[in-house]
This record gives sequence, C-alpha cells and structure tokens, in this order.
Amino acid sequence: MIVKKIGDSMMTPLGFSVEENFAAVMAGRSALRRYESLWGLPFPCVVSLIPDEKLETAFAQEVDTKNLSGKCTKFEKIVLLSAAKAVKQSGIDPSSERVVFILSSTKGNVALLADENPDLERVTPAHTAQMIANYFGNPNRPLTVSNACISGLCAQIEAYRCLKSGQYDTAVVIGADVLSPFIVAGFQSLKALSDEQCRPFSANRKGLNLGEAAAAVVYTVADDVADGWQMVAGAVRNDANHISGPSRTGEGSYRTLMTVLDESGLLANDLACLNVHGTSTLYNDEMEAIAITRAGLNQVPVNAMKGYYGHTLGAAGVLETLLTMRALEKGKIPATRGFDEIGVTMPVPVSSESVDTQKNAFVKLLSGFGGCNAAAAFVNGYGL
Amino acid sequence: MNTRVTYRVRLTPECLEMDGKRVAEAVAGESFLTQLYRMNKMDYPKFFKMDVLCKVGFLASEILLQAEGAERFVPRSDRAVILFNRNSSLHADRTFQQTIANPEDFYPSPSVFVYTLPNIVTGEIAIRNKYHGESSFILLPEKSQEAMNRAIARAFLDPETKSVLTGWVEAVSETEFEATMELVVSS
Repeated sequence: MIVKKIGDSMMTPLGFSVEENFAAVMAGRSALRRYESLWGLPFPCVVSLIPDEKLETAFAQEVDTKNLSGKCTKFEKIVLLSAAKAVKQSGIDPSSERVVFILSSTKGNVALLADENPDLERVTPAHTAQMIANYFGNPNRPLTVSNACISGLCAQIEAYRCLKSGQYDTAVVIGADVLSPFIVAGFQSLKALSDEQCRPFSANRKGLNLGEAAAAVVYTVADDVADGWQMVAGAVRNDANHISGPSRTGEGSYRTLMTVLDESGLLANDLACLNVHGTSTLYNDEMEAIAITRAGLNQVPVNAMKGYYGHTLGAAGVLETLLTMRALEKGKIPATRGFDEIGVTMPVPVSSESVDTQKNAFVKLLSGFGGCNAAAAFVNGYGL
Repeated sequence: MNTRVTYRVRLTPECLEMDGKRVAEAVAGESFLTQLYRMNKMDYPKFFKMDVLCKVGFLASEILLQAEGAERFVPRSDRAVILFNRNSSLHADRTFQQTIANPEDFYPSPSVFVYTLPNIVTGEIAIRNKYHGESSFILLPEKSQEAMNRAIARAFLDPETKSVLTGWVEAVSETEFEATMELVVSS
C-alpha cells in the first residue's frame, strides 16, 4: 500500500495556483517587499503579503458562502480557498467518513486578539479546522498540527500515518498562516528579521523575512506505484537542547535525516535535492549544513525557497514540498534566490541558478522552535 | 501494535491525582504549581521562567516520570512526547498581545513571544529529559480520548518509538488549567 498525492493547490502573493507559482519561481520573482512602517510598526521590515482584493475575488468565485456562518477572517479565507481547490482537483468526496482534514498553522487567527472584545474561542486553529470540516460536511474530528515552523511537514507525516495505519483512506492537509503585528513584532523582538531580502546560506545573511501563504495537498492510499508523487517516509525528532535556538550539532535534523533514509531505503545518489528550511538566520542555516554533512548528504544539491516567499510559517512545509514536486516533474531544481557566497562552515552545494536533474526523489527538511525538526521523503512514480 | 498505559497523572488547580488517587491538594498561599515544584524537591530554575502552559505540562511530566522510576536524563530517542489541547498557547498569546497593543507603550518581549507556540512545552520536556525522539503538539476542537488514542497509535508507526509520554495539557489562565498525562508503552 502506498500514499499518493492526488490533488494540490497554493495561494501566495506570487499566484493562486501551483502553475503560476512555479512559473514565478523559475523566473526568479520574489514576493518580498520592504515596508518602512507596516501597520504602524516602529521598524522597517521585508515581508510578503497576499493581496486582499485578489483574495476577495477568488474567495467569492470558489467558496460557497452559503455553507458558512458570518464573515471569515483572512486566515479562514485562505484556508478554505486552498482546501476547496485541492479537494476539487482531487475529485474526492470530502464528506466521506474515510477522509480526514489536517490543518497546519502556527498562529492561525491570533490577529483577532487585537479586537476590542476578541472572540477567544475562534483564536485557536482548532476552531478553523472544525470550520473546514463543517464546510465540507466531513464527520471526523479534524487535526491541527502546531509544531512551530515544522508544522507543514508534521501535518503531512500525520497524514501519511493516518493512511498507513488504515484509520483513514484520504487526508486533506492544509498549511496556512497570515501575518499580523503580533507575529512581525514577535520575530523582531527575537532579532530574527532581516531588513533586506533574505539570503539563505550566504556569508552575509542577516536574518529571515516573513510571508503569508496557504497550500493544500490531498493524499490517498493506492495499491501500487503508478504515475505521480508518493510520500515514502517521515520523521520528527527533537534537539533536546534549547527552546528557541537550534542545536550546534544539528542533532534533531541529523536524526530525522537518518531515520528517513533508513525507512525509505533511499541513498544520497537517489536524491535530486534536499529542499531545506534555509531561513537565512545565522544559526538555522549553519545547523542545517552540519546535519546534512553528518548524514552524509553533503554532495546532494541543497535548495531553499525563502527568497521567493519569506518564511511562511505553518504553510512552509506544504508550499515548499509542492513546489519541489512540480519543479522535479519539469526536471528542474529551482535556484536558491538570494544566495551569493556560501556562508556555513560545512559547505553544501547551494546554487543561485536553477539546475537540471533527471532524478525523481527528494527530501524535505524543516526545523523550528521547541527544538523540533522534521524530514520527509517523496518519490515520483517508479522513480528510481 | 499492542500498547498499555503504565502511569497516569491528573493536575488541576485544586489537586494532583496519581493513577486516580488524590496525592496532593492546593493550600492557600502561593500557587499550587509552585507548591508542587517544592514538594517534589525539584532543582530546575528554568521552571520559573516558563509560562503557565509549560509549567503545567512540565510538572505533570516530572511527577509521572518520578513514578516510573527509570533512570533519567540519559539521551534516548525511543520515547515520543505528544501533547494535545484545544486553545493552543492562548494565555501566552494574550500576554504578548498586551505588550504590543499600545503604540505609546510598545515593548514586545522575546521571553514572552517564545511561549506563544504550544509545542514549546514538548520542547521543555525533551530538554529536561534529553529525549531526542518525536515531539509534537496537536490541537483538537474538543477534548477527545478517542482522538488522542488514535494519534498515539499512529505515533508508534515511527520505527524508533517504543513509548509515548502523552496527554491533554490546557492552560487558559494562571488559575484555569488541566493536565492529564500518561505514559503509554508498547507491549
């Protein structure tokens, strides 16, 4: 039994379809813009924001508001819209009891806390997840994975296990986050933000940029390998080191990579690329390079997508996985936008240009606060 | 895979229960969480930096692991930490929101912001115990033992996981909290 992708969608400032996003990435476009005082915040920042007008139009076209009570927040809109598109593309019956909805978000509706009398019930992403399940008439309790920046990969690993265990036949995974003064001021307080476009793995990197996105993927069980992408392994491990800084030895990431290679049977030479986190903070990129080297994968091309979108938090794991799939289908490893000169002590092959490949497998890697790390492996068709 | 629950604790603002038996009650004065920290003779000053969600989850895990009695603080990756609640990090979120609400008095604090993620408590437990295994925080629309049991069963699909420290950890204010935590082992 295999776990196969049968539908996907994405909504970012670079486009509201996978195709548009892939084209934008290959053209080297970035959604990152500098704002001197976004929402009145007392510092400049570089972020990527989903335009409200375009979202309103798409939402009105794709989402049946009869099934909703009251007005949706921006977060709820991008979640519903990306879910609706992926469900439609997959052709599944979302009301089936064999289908489970899994949401990935770090802060969901936290912007509501700025209201004078905030609706506290609605702040948690668990509320949004139930709203999606209700919208599609799905009878199962939806899951929300909230593991900081690795959530989007954890949600896919959870989906993989939901299917492998036989608990469900199909899982709809949605990763989404929107920005707000809460999130931007928080990252600024951690001194994690760069006031320029980010430069993953580069010698002169100054920090990360934040971005808004939603991306959804539908996985289902299938009897045999055929055309299309399958998820073949996933693991989550903890550094057991620090709640807000990565391990100096890349312990958790190293362990996820070793587990995923072991479980999937994939060898370094099978992999087209490692699509990494590459937030462009000093410590994250250094840690990832160490983990990759320790895992014996330092000859595998490494690419990061934060230069196009910034760090899209709970969306990142889904968005970056889907873009890598699309790129490899076209025989391309996208350029790491913003990369110039390698700036990690364990050099890994990062390229500022897109690279051709014939290979059909990759590993997605993420790490996050709480010392958590995740990796998952994906193979296209017969692949190897 | 067959699994069994070995130990179970329940922590509320009123009392601490171990395997269904009441073993400590809150007395007037300092917070029950601080009382429990002292009663259990813990020497872990980081505890006092934690937000209430972390304190509740951390204490429940400490009491459970003391009951287990196995050798502690030895690096291991065969134990997962998987916790659940509904309201994520709502209390820390509201605390942080207060620090940015007024442009005239804008003082976002990194030490508050870091707790605005529910999985920080799983990280605190992993750090304390040197657990390199899986750590995860899952939000559910309501407390459901069935949904938690299903997630725990799935966690054992990880080839390394032999036991799961798991439970419901919710803290919406300094005085409204609940942890029910158990140790599930493969048998």
